[in-house]
Amino acid sequence: MLTVESLKKSYDDTSARASKRRSGQGARVYAVGGVDFEVHDGELFTLLGPSGCGKTTTLRSVAGLERPTEGRVTLGGRVLFDAAQKINIHANQRGLGMVFQSYAIWPHMSVFKNVSFPLEVMPRAKRPARKEIEDLVGQALEVTELAAYAGRPATKLSGGQQQRLALARALVTRPELMLLDEPLSNLDAKLRESMRFELKRLQRELNLTAIYVTHDQSEALVMSNRIAVMNQGRIEQIGKPREIYTKPATRFVAEFIGTSNFMEGKVVSAGAGEVSVDTAHGRMVAHGVERIPAVGDPVLVSIRPECVDLSRERRGNVANEWSGTVLTRAFMGDVVDHIVGVGELEIRNRSNPTLSIPPGTEVHFSVAPDKVTLVPVD
Amino acid sequence: MTLAPTSTTAHDNGPDAGPGSAPGPGADGRAGRLLRLLRRPLSLQGLLVGGAVVVVGYLAIVPLGYLVHDTFLSADGRGVSFGAFSRAYGGNSQSGEMMLNSLWFALGSAALALVLGTALAYVQVRTDTPFKGLFFAASLVPLIVPGILYATSWIFLGDPQSGLINSLVFKPLFGTSPVNIYSVWGMIWVQGLHLAPVAFLLMVAAFRAMDPSLEESAAMSGANRLTVLRRVTIPLLRPAMISAALLMFVQSLESFEVPGLLGLQNGIYVFTSRIYFVLRAYPVDYGAAGAYAIGLLLIAVLGVLLSSWLQRSSRNFQTVTGKAFRPRPVELGRARPLVGAGIILYFLLTVVLPVAVLVYASLLKYYAAPSSKTLSQMTLDNYRAVLDMPLAFTALKNSLIVGVGAATAVMILTAIVAWVVLRTKAPGRRLLDLLAFTPIVIPGLVLGLALAFVYLRMSLPIYGTLFILLISYCTRYLPYGMRYSSAAMAQMSPELEESAAVSGASWFQTFRRVLLPLMSGGILAGWVYILVVSFRELSSTILLYSPGKEVLSVLIWEQFENGQFTTLAALGVCMVVLLVVLVSIAYRLGARFGLQSDSAN
Repeated sequence: MLTVESLKKSYDDTSARASKRRSGQGARVYAVGGVDFEVHDGELFTLLGPSGCGKTTTLRSVAGLERPTEGRVTLGGRVLFDAAQKINIHANQRGLGMVFQSYAIWPHMSVFKNVSFPLEVMPRAKRPARKEIEDLVGQALEVTELAAYAGRPATKLSGGQQQRLALARALVTRPELMLLDEPLSNLDAKLRESMRFELKRLQRELNLTAIYVTHDQSEALVMSNRIAVMNQGRIEQIGKPREIYTKPATRFVAEFIGTSNFMEGKVVSAGAGEVSVDTAHGRMVAHGVERIPAVGDPVLVSIRPECVDLSRERRGNVANEWSGTVLTRAFMGDVVDHIVGVGELEIRNRSNPTLSIPPGTEVHFSVAPDKVTLVPVD
Repeated sequence: MTLAPTSTTAHDNGPDAGPGSAPGPGADGRAGRLLRLLRRPLSLQGLLVGGAVVVVGYLAIVPLGYLVHDTFLSADGRGVSFGAFSRAYGGNSQSGEMMLNSLWFALGSAALALVLGTALAYVQVRTDTPFKGLFFAASLVPLIVPGILYATSWIFLGDPQSGLINSLVFKPLFGTSPVNIYSVWGMIWVQGLHLAPVAFLLMVAAFRAMDPSLEESAAMSGANRLTVLRRVTIPLLRPAMISAALLMFVQSLESFEVPGLLGLQNGIYVFTSRIYFVLRAYPVDYGAAGAYAIGLLLIAVLGVLLSSWLQRSSRNFQTVTGKAFRPRPVELGRARPLVGAGIILYFLLTVVLPVAVLVYASLLKYYAAPSSKTLSQMTLDNYRAVLDMPLAFTALKNSLIVGVGAATAVMILTAIVAWVVLRTKAPGRRLLDLLAFTPIVIPGLVLGLALAFVYLRMSLPIYGTLFILLISYCTRYLPYGMRYSSAAMAQMSPELEESAAVSGASWFQTFRRVLLPLMSGGILAGWVYILVVSFRELSSTILLYSPGKEVLSVLIWEQFENGQFTTLAALGVCMVVLLVVLVSIAYRLGARFGLQSDSAN
């Protein structure tokens, strides 16, 4: 539905900030350095990454608020932007809905007026009649549970209500595509949690197609159909939340999503779905590897803390069993973490809080081979 | 009014690419953008923006261009000549003394205003002093009592013969008359007191913006109060103090009222009064006046350069942020009544006395110290004379026309310019910003002279009409309007406009339905402020008005020149009343929209 092809955005010369950065590095700085992705109908597609990774610039380029340097953006059959053909549809002609991080509620208008604005500024030929505008606004306020507040000044709403108002305003024209720029980041933690499900429910019920920008990985995992993890202006991996978590394609993704134990190693044998890797501290066997590396290749072994099985006794009959010493123990309520030292290496384990081993104890741990992820080393 | 960052974006270092930059796609990116701008010149947005750029450029550059051109033009009309400079500064022109007087007057007034203002601000913000309300009442003085009236009041008070201070205090007690307001010291005293409230407001803002925990942590580290003040408070305040000092210096340097009223009497010349003197002599030597004007402009620019050089290292901590909590005020203890008495004394001296003496003088036939005789002969004749004066109503009408016209034009223009500067990436927007701020360093008299140069030779009938005053006021108050407009614009998140654009609104719909309503408060406050300051503008008006086109401030000046002090006082009281009304409207609006009219000139 939405296609973004080799989108690039470099900071223009008149920006002093860019010129400072540039004179430091002696090269142009790309906020977005060639991004390709597709958003399918009815999908919530998330751009996830740390601040400065280019996710917001990408979103704003789709919105038409930022003019990309290169690339092409098409929605349905419509070209929104094409650098080669010098096409750049203005933001107000793109017919998208957008929720801003600050909500951007117009303080001089009532709740109703804020939502009716997108309908009122339509060209005369397309503009709905007065009555119809009222109906559409009423529906939008209904689904966002704001119907009772229609007459209020917009500034008299609470943070969560303002957030829903911004959503209602973006929804009211039934746009083909919704853009959400960190819409939950200004809410407190409790409200943020409940709004996640609320947003997801609305998106599913109204069958909205949306691009969602966030730096919060758990938000992305909860809400998205698919996630694109971005870093330094590029997409590192696109995939379903589960794929991203269990099969990180790069070290960055493995580090950014959740926590991981990393070991550098070299492939010693590679067969049908089974790969053995020698690390400085021992051998790790991985099952179910999708992209089989060649023997002798350097790889990065990534193991999630909850995949580390920790016990006081040596079991002997399991794969990938190593020994070490508990260095520290951290109780976090629902889980407990143990850091186990294996020589220089520190392995983090996460278990049910019923397990508790004091520091200094000799322990053994194992990792099921299908839980061992091999990340190619670039 | 912060002067030091001459423009909204002065912190940026401009589009300096540096030697290391690769000639990448950016090289033609700029040209491409320019082409795109040129290719759609007929959109409303393009027209508005282009128009604003042309107008600002015209207002800020053309007069100075003519000034320089005409001053350096040799007598035969071609080629460069320094004749005007040798006439102005050479031989027996006594220009050395004049320049020393100028610097001495400007530095002295700036120092007096800054010391007084900073001390008052500290006492007001950081101590448990009594009469906190009086401080802000006193700070209104420069707004409601124009410089020309303030200087007149001090003539009534400090004249060697008839001044009240000599005749009521020193003569009966000591038998001498030591106070002479017609001296450099007198000028510094009057100018410094008139500017002190401006310094006070600037420093109050700085004290309030400073995070008190910085000082508290110094105290916790074992520093005593004096050390905290010396090692932490003052260094942190340095940027604010430097920009306040610069503003005071430039405003004193360009002040015409005080040197004109107090200095000319005894032949004490400064740049501004010298320019006025040269232009009033026969034959008029425009070249020499231009040479003085350029000298004055150079000193003002040097001041700006010096202050930005002094501030080069303080940029980093200029953004000390405010905290919600206020520290416990310093307890004055036994000194509290003493400080309280000092505040009362200051208030009496700077507000009550000058206004009271003006009212008193307006009720007399001839100015004289109060005695049973003068008090019994008090009369309202002067007010009748003012009402009978045919020029008074013309002047009031003219003042209103020019004031309203300038306020309206400046606010519309600056709203657009602020939008271009803060919201677009148009090439040259930084230059536009700089241009809009340039007039702040152009002394009023210099601007007046420059505009005379432009329009005397232009065939359009502008010289000798109110229109030339309008042009002059628009130029002078462009920076003030810019300040209000860009503050109003900066308070507004750009996302408010972007969300309108994404909602499908065109540029004009966004401007009309989102931008203007949200900015209207700030624009209105700026409008009233410019109206207020227009009413007392004298230094450029005095060179540009023509008979029959007087405004109120010129009328007052004419009374002074004719020696009709009591009529002047009556006229002045009327003006103060009018300004009180306007200023209270401005403050009501300002309070409502969170803006402070804290500047004077």
